Amino acid sequence: MSTDTTQRRWMGDTGQPVSLQSTRSRTGERIIVGLLWLCGAISILTTVGLILVLFIDASAFFREVSIFRFFTDTRWQPFGGLENGHFGVLPLLMGTLLVTAIAIVVAVPLGISSAIYLADYAPRRVRKVLKPTLEILAGVPTIVLGFFAATFMTPVLRAIFGQTVDIYNAASAGIVMGIMIVPTIASLSEDAMSAVPRGLRESAYGLGATKRHVATRVVFPAALSGIVAAVILGIGRAIGETMIVAIAAGNQPSLTFNPFSQIQTMTAYIVQAVAGEAPRGSLTYQSIFAIGALLFLMTFTLNFIAARVVRRFREVY
Amino acid sequence: MAVSTPQRSAEAAVEALGSSRRRVARERRFAGLLVVSTAVAVAVLAVLLIDILLDGAGRLNWQFLTSYPSRRAEQTGILAGLTGTASLMVLVAAMAFPLGVGAAIYLEEFAPDNRFTRLMEVNISNLAGVPSIVYGLLGAAVFVYILGMGRSLISGAATLTLLILPVIIVAGRESLRAVPRALRDAGLALGATRWQVTRREILPLAMPGIFTGTILALSRAIGETAPILLVGALASTRFSNEPWNLLERFSALPITIYGFVTRPQAEFKEEASAAAIIVLMVVLLIMNSIAIVLRNRAQRSL
Repeated sequence: MSTDTTQRRWMGDTGQPVSLQSTRSRTGERIIVGLLWLCGAISILTTVGLILVLFIDASAFFREVSIFRFFTDTRWQPFGGLENGHFGVLPLLMGTLLVTAIAIVVAVPLGISSAIYLADYAPRRVRKVLKPTLEILAGVPTIVLGFFAATFMTPVLRAIFGQTVDIYNAASAGIVMGIMIVPTIASLSEDAMSAVPRGLRESAYGLGATKRHVATRVVFPAALSGIVAAVILGIGRAIGETMIVAIAAGNQPSLTFNPFSQIQTMTAYIVQAVAGEAPRGSLTYQSIFAIGALLFLMTFTLNFIAARVVRRFREVY
Repeated sequence: MAVSTPQRSAEAAVEALGSSRRRVARERRFAGLLVVSTAVAVAVLAVLLIDILLDGAGRLNWQFLTSYPSRRAEQTGILAGLTGTASLMVLVAAMAFPLGVGAAIYLEEFAPDNRFTRLMEVNISNLAGVPSIVYGLLGAAVFVYILGMGRSLISGAATLTLLILPVIIVAGRESLRAVPRALRDAGLALGATRWQVTRREILPLAMPGIFTGTILALSRAIGETAPILLVGALASTRFSNEPWNLLERFSALPITIYGFVTRPQAEFKEEASAAAIIVLMVVLLIMNSIAIVLRNRAQRSL
């Protein structure tokens, strides 16, 4: 379609009264809509691609190493080959869960307190500064946070707790990761709290409740579904986080609850294996897809649960 | 749960009130606790920035910006990473912007209300929650091997494009939605087709918002490490990356930093990496400032 005709139709100077018929899609228009549809369809292709890629290479891995062995062997020593190696995912899973647990212990109280403060306490001027600051924190690249965990948080922990803290440890990575997800939890929880209607707050005040009681016993429970969803999304981010743990938590898979010892998470293993540039088709290459598939399943499930929580437990005002 | 209705909890709240002086003290303590917990995150951010400046500012000089990585700490530099990041930014913008805006326009202006559309919408919000390292696995398998693009600049850019596409689509839809409905109706009533209305009325008004979202998404892309590490970005290339050398191996600032921080010597692990981080953060700061300026202008014009 030449711009000239478009221009004429647009200007309505074809000499004819514009008929309603002309709004039906013409060929050019249909092509454009088709192209736009393709843009949207790429997102579906991405998901299909993700699932195919992960599960094809993962299933190649599971033809060599049985799923039973994968989930019951308590050692992860993948570089010894099929005979001498051990392919138990539990130490990696344990590492991921340990770091995630530390992160959540840090992030949930801080995130929810910040949300309550922002929603009901902060004066407008403070809010105007605080929200962008949290956005900046959320925008700090994770490689920078990894640097901070390794070169600042670990020395601090070692200064406090002494040599029991390994150079690489779960605690420093977990704490920094917790700070990283504070903005996620705070902003999503605050959205949920701000959505609680004013009337509920006003009626509680009318009954003589104090500000604290309104915040903790009226607004908090009313916004609980949103807050739970925020926390679940935070957990999902912690599980999938890579660079902080790759830099600060170490590369030694171990089944431990000790936050000060060196561990390896699922994501950190993927980075370590890739750093060796494993050739395609090798067992190491396939193993990162098996781990990746597990990671994808875990985060997908968490996102799904979060969406369900919001829908099912939403308070109807 | 005991807190089933807000009304009942309000009543319980009133019953639980103690004497007024204790009450005031408790109120204060609670408010103080909130302020302190909120301040923790802000304080950590401040400490982080100060720590990086202290470690890195001394190492930052022209030679550092214009040298390739070297085994000697005093000669090393970030030129490969800097040019790689610039090339990635250009390529990712060139791919992600049209695709993301196209998808946003489709979903907001044209999509019929059917199952496929809903599938697309759910799918986009799900993709936003997929960890970035998983996109790296996708890129490593699809772009590097299946499409035969190898461990190259274009594989890295394509991977990052897929990663930020959901962000751009969501931001694009929001700015399209902010354009008043009456404008669409007016255009259609004058006999314009849907595409004419979109192209000439809606898009120009939504553009500043779309740019803001795209720049923010781009700044996320260039801060990412794991996905491009998986498609083969190198910390130690000794050549610059130009955006037209699509099939060459590449580096990027976050990868350079990763290369520094994983070395044992403090000159690399702390000083060089902090200096490179300062550069990365300055780049991000510039991008975010542009985005904020655009956002303010957009808010004024609507």
